[in-house]
Amino acid sequence: MKKILSLCMAMALVVSMTACGSKDDGKTTTAAADNATTAAAAENNSEAAGGETTAAAAGGETTAAAAGETVAFTGEGVFKIGGIGPTTGGASAYGIAVQRGAQIAADEINAAGGINGCQVELNFQDDEHDPEKSVNAYNTLKDWGVQVLVGSVTSNPCIAVAEKTQADNMFQLTPSGTAVDCVKYDNAFRMCFSDPNQGLESAKYIGENSLATKVAVIYDSSDPYSVGIYEAFRAEAENQSFEIVSAEAFTADSKTDFSVQVQKAKDAQADLLYMPFYYTEASLVLQECDKQSYKPVFFGVDGMDGILSVENFKVELANELMYMAPFVATSEDEMVKSFVTKYETQFGETPNQFAADAYDCMYVVKAAIEKAGVTPDMDASAICDALKTAMTEISYDGITGKGISWEATGEPNKAPMIVQIKDGVTVELQ
Amino acid sequence: MMGFISYLVNGISLGSVYALIALGYTMVYGIAKMLNFAHGDVIMIGSFVVFSTVSTMGLPPALGILISVAVCTALGVVIERIAYRPLRQASKLVVLITAIGVSYLLQNVALLIYGANTKSFTSVVTIPPLSLADGALIISGETIVTILACIVIMIVLTLFIRHSKPGRAMLAVSEDGGAAQLMGVNVDGTIALTFAIGSALAAVAGVLLCSSYPSLTPYTGAMPGIKAFVAAVFGGIGSIPGAFIGGILLGIIEILGKAYISSQLADAIVFAVLIVVLLVKPTGILGKQIQEKV
Repeated sequence: MKKILSLCMAMALVVSMTACGSKDDGKTTTAAADNATTAAAAENNSEAAGGETTAAAAGGETTAAAAGETVAFTGEGVFKIGGIGPTTGGASAYGIAVQRGAQIAADEINAAGGINGCQVELNFQDDEHDPEKSVNAYNTLKDWGVQVLVGSVTSNPCIAVAEKTQADNMFQLTPSGTAVDCVKYDNAFRMCFSDPNQGLESAKYIGENSLATKVAVIYDSSDPYSVGIYEAFRAEAENQSFEIVSAEAFTADSKTDFSVQVQKAKDAQADLLYMPFYYTEASLVLQECDKQSYKPVFFGVDGMDGILSVENFKVELANELMYMAPFVATSEDEMVKSFVTKYETQFGETPNQFAADAYDCMYVVKAAIEKAGVTPDMDASAICDALKTAMTEISYDGITGKGISWEATGEPNKAPMIVQIKDGVTVELQ
Repeated sequence: MMGFISYLVNGISLGSVYALIALGYTMVYGIAKMLNFAHGDVIMIGSFVVFSTVSTMGLPPALGILISVAVCTALGVVIERIAYRPLRQASKLVVLITAIGVSYLLQNVALLIYGANTKSFTSVVTIPPLSLADGALIISGETIVTILACIVIMIVLTLFIRHSKPGRAMLAVSEDGGAAQLMGVNVDGTIALTFAIGSALAAVAGVLLCSSYPSLTPYTGAMPGIKAFVAAVFGGIGSIPGAFIGGILLGIIEILGKAYISSQLADAIVFAVLIVVLLVKPTGILGKQIQEKV
C-alpha cells in the first residue's frame, strides 16, 4: 500500500515538474517576443525624439537578443505595480474602491503612452482586512515580480506588510493606511492623512466652528486607527473651547451592542458625538442613537466614507453626519469631474475617497518614476532607492488635493476638508 | 438611578438572547452529551433566512420567521443525521472537532451565498418604544419582545419536557440512554427531536439578536454562540432553568461591567466570570453533582 502511494507521489511530482517546465518555456518565448516588440516600439519613438533614445532602443534590442537564454524575466518593458486591499470582508468597500480607482488610473496612463514609454500592469490582491492575509497577498505579488507596491488599503494589514517591504526594500505607497506606523520605514509613503493628523484637525474644526461645548467619544480600542485618532483628538481638545464629557470604548469582539456607550454619551448631555471608526460600526451607533432618541451632532473621520452603501441601512439616520474626507465627488474641479464620470460609467456608482486616493497613488508613482528616471528592468530594491528620493522632490496636483508634497517621513502635506451628508448626498462644507 | 435601571433592562434583554441560545447548547449536552459548537452558526443561518425573506423578498415578518424556524429545524436535524449520528460511539473529542468543522462549514457557506459585506437587519418588531419617567428611561420594543419571548419559550419548554411523552423520553435518555433504549424509548429519534427543538429556538434567538443589534455577517453567530456556551456552563450545563438563569446573569454582568467598570474589558469580565464559577462550583449554579458509580 505504502509503495503504491509513494509511487503515485513520485509520478505526481514528475508530472508537475514537466508541467512547470513547459510553462516556463512558454513564458520565455512570450517574454522574448514582448522584448522584441518593445524594442521595435522604442526604435519608432527614437526616430521622432532623436539622439538619446536611440541608445535605449539599442539596449532594448540587446535584451531581446539575450532574452531567450538568460534575462527572460527582466526588461519586459512593463512596470509591475502591485495592489493589496480588502475586496471581500467587512472593509470591502475600501478595497474594491481602491482596486477600481487604481485600475482607472492605470488604464489612463497606458492609453496615454505609459510611464516614460513603458506600460504599467496592475495586479490587485485581496487581504480581507487581515494582516496575515495581507502578508500572504504581498508574497503572491512578489512571486509575480512586483516592483512598486500600492497598498495595503487598511492600517493594520498595512503595518504588517510594511515590515516585509522594509526587509525587501520595496517601494510602498499606501492610498489609505492612516496609522502612524504604516510609514515608519523610509521606503513607505502615504496618500492620505495620518491618524493623529485627523484627530488634530477634527478637534480644531469642532473648536474653531463652535460646533459643541460638550463632546462624547466612542472609539474602537482594538484598532490602532481608532485609538490613534482618539488620542490626538483628546490631546488637542485641551487647547479648544469644548470639553470631552464621555469617552467609551468597544472592541472587535463586542462591536454589535452600543447601548451602554450611547447611553453614557446621552447621560453626559454631550451635544456632539465624535466617532473615530469605520462605517459598519457607525451604522449601528446611529441606529442605537435613534432607538434612544438621542440627537447630537455626529462627527466622524474618513472611515465614515461608505456609510451610504451599507445594504438595507436607513440612509436618513446618517443625515447631517459630518466627517473628514480628502475628496468630494460633487466637486467642480475638472480632474475630479473626469474621474467621477469614468468611475460612474464603468462601475455604476459614485467613487468614494478611497478610489480617489488610489487614483492619485498611481499618478504619484508615475510622477516619482519620471522624476527618478527608473526603468522596468531595474530590480525592486534599486527602484525603491531612486523613488524614495524622488518622492520628496515632486509636487503633485491630484483629485485629493493640489500641490501635495511629501516629507522624508512619508507624510503628505495637504489641506484637510470636511464634508457632510445631506439627504443621501455628500457635500463639501466651508 | 434611571441610568442603572436602563442598563439593567438592556442587560436582561441581551441575557434573554443568550438564554435562548444557551438552551440549545444545554439540551443537546443533556441528552447527547456533546457540545454542539455549530449552534451559534445555526443562529446566523436563521437570521439570514429572515433577512432574505423579509428584507429582500418583502414577505411579512411573521411568515419570514416561520420559514426561518422551519429551515433551522431541518438544518439541525440534517446536521445531527450526517455529522453527529455516525459518531455516536466515537470519543467525545472526535465529536467536538466535528462540531467545530460544521461551524466553519456553515460560516463559509453563508460567506459564499451572501458575501462578507455587513447587512443592516431590519427589525421585525413593530412595537413602539416604551417611554417612562418623562423620557428618562426608554425601553425599546425589541427589548420588550425579547424578554417576553424568552420567558414564554422557557415556560412552554419546561411544560413540554415535564408533561408530554416525547419530553419525558428526553428526560429518560438524558438520565441513562442505554436503560431508556431497553425500556422502548427511541433514542436516535429523541436525540433528533432535541436537535430540532434546539435549532428552532436558535432561529428565534437569531431574529431577536439581529433585531436588537441590527448587523448581519456570516460571523454574527460566532461570538454570541461562545457567550451562550459560557452562560450554559455558568448555569450548569444540561440544566434548562440553569441555561435561563445563566444567560440572564451573563447579559446583566456584561452590560453592567461595560457601564461601570470598563467598556473595553466587557468580554474579559464575561470570561473571567466563567473561570471563577468553574473554580468555585465546577458544575455551575444549578448543575447536579453526578456520583460516579463503581
